[in-house]
Amino acid sequence: MQTVSTLLDKDWYERYKAISRLNIRSSIYDVTNRCNLRCKGCFFFSSDEHKAAPEEEDSGKWEEFVERERQRGVNLAILIGGEPTLYLDRVEAFYKRLPTYCATNGLIRIPRDRFPGLMVGISVWGDEEDEKLLRGRDVFAVSSRNYAGDPDTYYLYTITPRQLGRTERVIRKIADVGLKVHMQLLSNDEGVNGFSWTPSQLAEIRVEMDAMLDRYPRTVISCRYYHEVITTGRMLGRPFSWSECPSVTEPLDNRAPRPKRLIRFIRWAADLKTMHRCCTSATRDCTTCKDGAAHMSWVMVNKRAHMRSARDLQNWIEIYEMFAKLYRFIPW
Amino acid sequence: MPESKEIRERMIRIAEIIIEELKLEDITPKSFDPDMDLVDELGVDSMDLATVALVLQDEYGVFIDEDDYPKLKTVRLIAEYVQSRLQGRKDRDS
Repeated sequence: MQTVSTLLDKDWYERYKAISRLNIRSSIYDVTNRCNLRCKGCFFFSSDEHKAAPEEEDSGKWEEFVERERQRGVNLAILIGGEPTLYLDRVEAFYKRLPTYCATNGLIRIPRDRFPGLMVGISVWGDEEDEKLLRGRDVFAVSSRNYAGDPDTYYLYTITPRQLGRTERVIRKIADVGLKVHMQLLSNDEGVNGFSWTPSQLAEIRVEMDAMLDRYPRTVISCRYYHEVITTGRMLGRPFSWSECPSVTEPLDNRAPRPKRLIRFIRWAADLKTMHRCCTSATRDCTTCKDGAAHMSWVMVNKRAHMRSARDLQNWIEIYEMFAKLYRFIPW
Repeated sequence: MPESKEIRERMIRIAEIIIEELKLEDITPKSFDPDMDLVDELGVDSMDLATVALVLQDEYGVFIDEDDYPKLKTVRLIAEYVQSRLQGRKDRDS
């Protein structure tokens, strides 16, 4: 029988053991329905998720809610929105109780004296031209000033088809301000002209993502297998789909048979009562979903399926390490 | 202390459940090393453990707390855990 230690050499086995018992239990929280930007293609606004529920405005209720989440076993709070930094008291309710990751567009600087060590992920959607086109302004120019050199911050670079052949400039700009970057692909929920991926573009961007990883290993937090899975939408020959997605809110998950999934995962709306279907838009076609975290988690929950060869298991380890680095369960 | 026949038989049954639920190949309940680390060697994750725990709960009528999963590292430790739960129930009933 193949076991982990018979498949891996000593170094890989040690890497496996360093992550095998992390038991990451994440959930996602809409901190607010408001944003200080309106980006074309943002799933939250394009699918009217900002209208799904009114916001809970009582800070005390947020604190009680987060305490219940902690007791439910959540050990990673992923804050999204709207723009979470518009409500720092709500961010603080999480930060004081749980390992917390805050997604932001970076226009507001999170005060580090109040939030030392808070994990921050800043969105960037391309170079100046594309940011202006999709987000109405060069957001990077502001966010990079706000967070330059911050040791607990990285950029989440949403690559669009128009960025083909132009990603290096963005990566270099990020490296130049002393930050790291993780790459994902736009799902184009609003069908903006010219921003939907074709199969050949996906093949090309995979090569480019691999090249960025090779050229900027200290800046890019990624791995080749992630690039393969996110660009092909396939893992071990299986296509990503609703019946495979691991990031469905657990109490709403009535799929049968139930696939391997994230345990205890819920995506909560800002009223702290309403649950969204999954980690992204409920109106999205799952077969074209490019959500990076969903694809990473898809690999992560299918560990034993990757035990068919040493290479497959090493691929699984690299993706798990990448996820654990992004959320600081292991150091960068 | 030598292990009791009861524990030995329970370990074989638990190994059988694990093999069946996780669809393991090239191994039998009798050849299953009861001290093999399920996570570090078999690649078992918490969803696998939850699946096995459900079958054990049905079979033995004992509740297995999810917070206890990290303790259930081997077939032997699972058998001992089930045994202590059964013993606890017996003590309460008597």
